Amino acid sequence: MATAESSRLESLRNRGAALGGGGGTPIVIVILVGVAIFLLVGSLRSVTFAQLTVQGLALGAVYGSLALALVLVYRATRVVNFAQGELAMLTTYIAYQLIKWGLSYWEAFFATLAIALVLGIVLELALIRPVLHRSVIAAVIVTVGLFVLIDGVVNWIWGGDFKFMPSPFGTKIYHVGGVSIARLYVGMFVVVIISVLLVWALFRFTKLGLGMRAAALRPAEAAFVGVRVEWMLAIGWGLAALLGAVAGLMAEPSQFTLEPTLMQPILVYAFAAAVLGGLDSPAGAVIGGLLIGVSLNLVVQYGHIGPLKITSELQTPAAFAVIVAVLLFKPSGLFGHQEVRRV
Amino acid sequence: MTALLELEDVEARYGPVHVLHGVSLAVDEGSVVAVLGPNGAGKTTTLRAVSGMVRRSGNIQFAGRALGRLGPDGVARLGIAHVPEGRGTFSELTVWENLRLGAYTRRGSIQPELERVFAYFPWLSERKRQQAGTLSGGEQQMLALARAFVHRPRLLLLDEPSLGLAPVLVAELFRIVRELNEKEGLTVLVVEQNAQLALQAAEAGYVLEAGRVALSGTSAELRADDSVRRSYLGY
Repeated sequence: MATAESSRLESLRNRGAALGGGGGTPIVIVILVGVAIFLLVGSLRSVTFAQLTVQGLALGAVYGSLALALVLVYRATRVVNFAQGELAMLTTYIAYQLIKWGLSYWEAFFATLAIALVLGIVLELALIRPVLHRSVIAAVIVTVGLFVLIDGVVNWIWGGDFKFMPSPFGTKIYHVGGVSIARLYVGMFVVVIISVLLVWALFRFTKLGLGMRAAALRPAEAAFVGVRVEWMLAIGWGLAALLGAVAGLMAEPSQFTLEPTLMQPILVYAFAAAVLGGLDSPAGAVIGGLLIGVSLNLVVQYGHIGPLKITSELQTPAAFAVIVAVLLFKPSGLFGHQEVRRV
Repeated sequence: MTALLELEDVEARYGPVHVLHGVSLAVDEGSVVAVLGPNGAGKTTTLRAVSGMVRRSGNIQFAGRALGRLGPDGVARLGIAHVPEGRGTFSELTVWENLRLGAYTRRGSIQPELERVFAYFPWLSERKRQQAGTLSGGEQQMLALARAFVHRPRLLLLDEPSLGLAPVLVAELFRIVRELNEKEGLTVLVVEQNAQLALQAAEAGYVLEAGRVALSGTSAELRADDSVRRSYLGY
């Protein structure tokens, strides 16, 4: 083509703009490498620091997977799903019930994931879709209602008292150097990260995933090529519920008990993670989750406000402070795109 | 010849605004048909009515089947590819992913389709991994056309392909459309502001005015018509 030369120049220019415009900018990567070095050096110098870091990474992975659920829903429908945590709590109760009926822990685990997938799809079709045509805000309000509804239903069926589930990873403790690491935290981390990677691979490498990305990015154009857009968005909700179920099931052993408020603080951490990572960035949500998990753990151990020591009571407010700070100073988060409006 | 696409008294509206007031037209299998007309005449809406993007009434027949209330994804699955105005490439996705989406409704391997497309657009095969948004405007329009063709449609709806392109690119684009029509038997319904070009590429045309067909005929007839010459061809 005669115009190939000039168009190549133009495309180079555009590529430069695309790199600067959003995504992981060099500064962000430098900061992340700095954080990693800080954690590594700290862990080598102090056993307590190392243990808190490992525990923080495991908890952070849980926050990250719930944050990823929030991001998937946001990308698909521009709805912030306030019920995401309660949905995860509900599916954890379903797993509890399945185990009570005689399933082994891991049988119940996978059955619950399947139930969560269907539940997410049904909720989108039945409750979100009908109001989404009117406005996104209406759908967000529906999710707040869903929060209350799930909370009520769970309390009604199972009661508000503590329930106990078998431990999925046992009570074994590994000793690495002088550092004791509970098998629980290793297991939590591995299960969550594998789930996240599988969902990522689904989006990245499969035709279904491509259809879902196309439907979320440009619904009108996606329909032109034959993508069933509304169905794709519903599956997006289903996958979010599935990731949330993983988060709930992995959060439960870290709390040692199951109660209806299980996911409420975790939802706040997940929001902090999602906002920190950039609400439209899946990778950002997971990295944000890990950062929040580790930093909250360390702040509670080492942090001071003037002469006052920061205690675990301030964990949730600290996450809230992160949300406010990010929205004030860098609304697009670490990895989000500056311009997130859909046209 | 039988008509592959037939519109009969089609009306369409955006909310309360009536845009089409009973459009009737026919596109023969294997032909290129142009829709001309001033801004706001309803050219784009006519295409959107076919692909189910707007609420429509009246009768639309495609390959002997009434489209009825079929939505855009259903229409696409029947074998109608729509390249919307402003290209409609997925700029966030790679060239390959865009082409893959073009064949979204096909099952199995799409390698044969890709090979056919690369024969017409050789430069695409070297740039499969490039993000579509980093292509130039002309390349994106070519990609949109290539994506539509991977679909192996029976009918291609092409909306204002010349918009915002340099004349040399527009000529190239119409050359490829013409080639796809002649070699592959692709039927094309093209909306175009540039009547000169459109009538060169098409065998027949319809002139829309204010949501109605004001005039129709073969390209030669339309070129010879005084009012078309004055309004759209400028001589």
